Amino acid sequence: MRVTQGCFSFLPDLTDEQISRQVQYCLGKGWAVNIEFTDDPHPRNNFWEMWGLPMFDLHDAAGVLMELNECRKVYGDRYIRMSAFDSSHGWESVRLSFIVNRPKQEPGFRLDRHEANGRNIRYTTKSYAVDRPEGMRYGDK
Amino acid sequence: MNEQSMTVRGKDRYKSGVMEYKKMGYWEPDYEPKDTDIIALFRVTPQDGVDPIEASAAVAGESSTATWTVVWTDRLTAAEKYRAKCYRVDPVPNSPGQYFAYIAYDLDLFENGSIANLSASIIGNVFGFKPLKALRLEDMRLPVAYVKTFQGPATGIVVERERMDKFGRPLLGATVKPKLGLSGRNYGRVVYEALKGGLDFTKDDENINSQPFMHWRERFLYCMEAVNKAQAASGEIKGTYLNVTAGTMEDMYERAEFAKELGSVVIMIDLVIGYTAIQSMAKWARRNDMILHLHRAGHSTYTRQRNHGVSFRVIAKWMRLAGVDHIHAGTVVGKLEGDPATTRGYYDICREDFNRMQLEHGVFFDQNWASLNKLMPVASGGIHAGQMHQLLDHLGEDVVLQFGGGTIGHPMGIQAGATANRVALEAMILARNEGRDYLHEGPEILAKAAQTCTPLKSALEVWKDVTFNYESTDMPDYAPTASVSM
Repeated sequence: MRVTQGCFSFLPDLTDEQISRQVQYCLGKGWAVNIEFTDDPHPRNNFWEMWGLPMFDLHDAAGVLMELNECRKVYGDRYIRMSAFDSSHGWESVRLSFIVNRPKQEPGFRLDRHEANGRNIRYTTKSYAVDRPEGMRYGDK
Repeated sequence: MNEQSMTVRGKDRYKSGVMEYKKMGYWEPDYEPKDTDIIALFRVTPQDGVDPIEASAAVAGESSTATWTVVWTDRLTAAEKYRAKCYRVDPVPNSPGQYFAYIAYDLDLFENGSIANLSASIIGNVFGFKPLKALRLEDMRLPVAYVKTFQGPATGIVVERERMDKFGRPLLGATVKPKLGLSGRNYGRVVYEALKGGLDFTKDDENINSQPFMHWRERFLYCMEAVNKAQAASGEIKGTYLNVTAGTMEDMYERAEFAKELGSVVIMIDLVIGYTAIQSMAKWARRNDMILHLHRAGHSTYTRQRNHGVSFRVIAKWMRLAGVDHIHAGTVVGKLEGDPATTRGYYDICREDFNRMQLEHGVFFDQNWASLNKLMPVASGGIHAGQMHQLLDHLGEDVVLQFGGGTIGHPMGIQAGATANRVALEAMILARNEGRDYLHEGPEILAKAAQTCTPLKSALEVWKDVTFNYESTDMPDYAPTASVSM
């Protein structure tokens, strides 16, 4: 299974050079890039953990890549994404987000069906990984 | 031709009998529109022999206080305030016999927050007026004071993206085909395949309501199974526009409530349900955290011909006020009417906070939207993966690209069709962000992406020669260099 959140998940995993060009695009737009990681990639888990603060006032993608590699050293067994924030009026939101690191094995999600009234079914999407405690969800780390 | 006022004043103005509209105070070339006035721009085609000024003054009169004869009861009112004032008439470039008439209306002529009232005033009476051969409402300037009386899009582009967790690229959709005849179970199959393959949305067609072959509850139940299954399979939020269009408001509310109960993130309505019904559903959508998709069913009956009707740019403005979140606004390259410059104008109206007057895009006025939510335009009808670079160039990234046939007609199946579109899109965005000249290198970028994606390769092969190159019937009247001082 491959989690296809983010802007480029249907393409082969981006190389660091490709990541760097996307980051440069964001910085060129004046957006602040943030590195976020999680081991709970549920589609409605909005708040991945932040690797420090969004990198405001940065001009060179190299700095972001350096931070990404630091993050990978610690959380390389988890999902890591880049999110770019636009503070301009009328947006004030994420403008680009893409996954830059994945666990080796992506166990994916189970769909629980709970039969309710009539033919209604209540659906729950559950990550197989979250059956284990945080930090022990992927591989043996 | 903008000569001076001919208005008769004083006692003579109210002598019983018939008086020309231009003498009754509906032609005021010296009038300076107030910031709070609503301004309408009409394309007037007078009958042969009718003075264009008189024809334009008649439009102002008949869309505000006038009737065919002088009435003394005007004198019981602040009549001068309530008269719409035509303040400018220009010949339409390269169109003999046609005139642009600018008409200003005082804000007090309109009810707050009511498209029904606004449209009943501006287009309610005057389009059948005998001295005119034809009449078209081209554009409107809506003052901030009036804009602020409307809810605006229930969700808006920013919140829709946050809720769907999709940033930085157009959203992808497909209309389920065939439009008619699928059972609920078969219908849900198409939804599942398309969403699992990589689309964000699927969509009911405008005339999928509740027919003998598939009643609405069947459709909703099977569609939500499909949405949830695809969501679990991909780890992404998915949606399907459940069309709640029905014969009565009560039926529509019932269907919308059921969609909510089943956990749908989006519902859909058709333009033909009427402005008031649209505003009611927009309020419902805001109250119930629902994205509201509008299919512009029927609009071409009055938007397409250049000389008569209402321009789609006006409909787009009304719908942004009315509060829908999605509106079909043209593809440029697909099978339906859409000149690139005119379509650009529609997209700007949907998405910008401030529209500059741009005559070359058919936008006649500066329009301040005063932070009203942005409305997501939808491009649907005869588009395919091979056009991705052109679509991105014409339409930008805040748009839903809907490939119905271009997904479901894929030779390797619906999932493959969806994957082809998604890969083509992501490859194009990646290239654009890298600073490549994606419009010209588009075919090359797609071919490269197809090397690692067989479905894309096969899509490019099947539809490689499909284009819809016909003359547009609705284009801007001004070349890119024209400018008109206001």
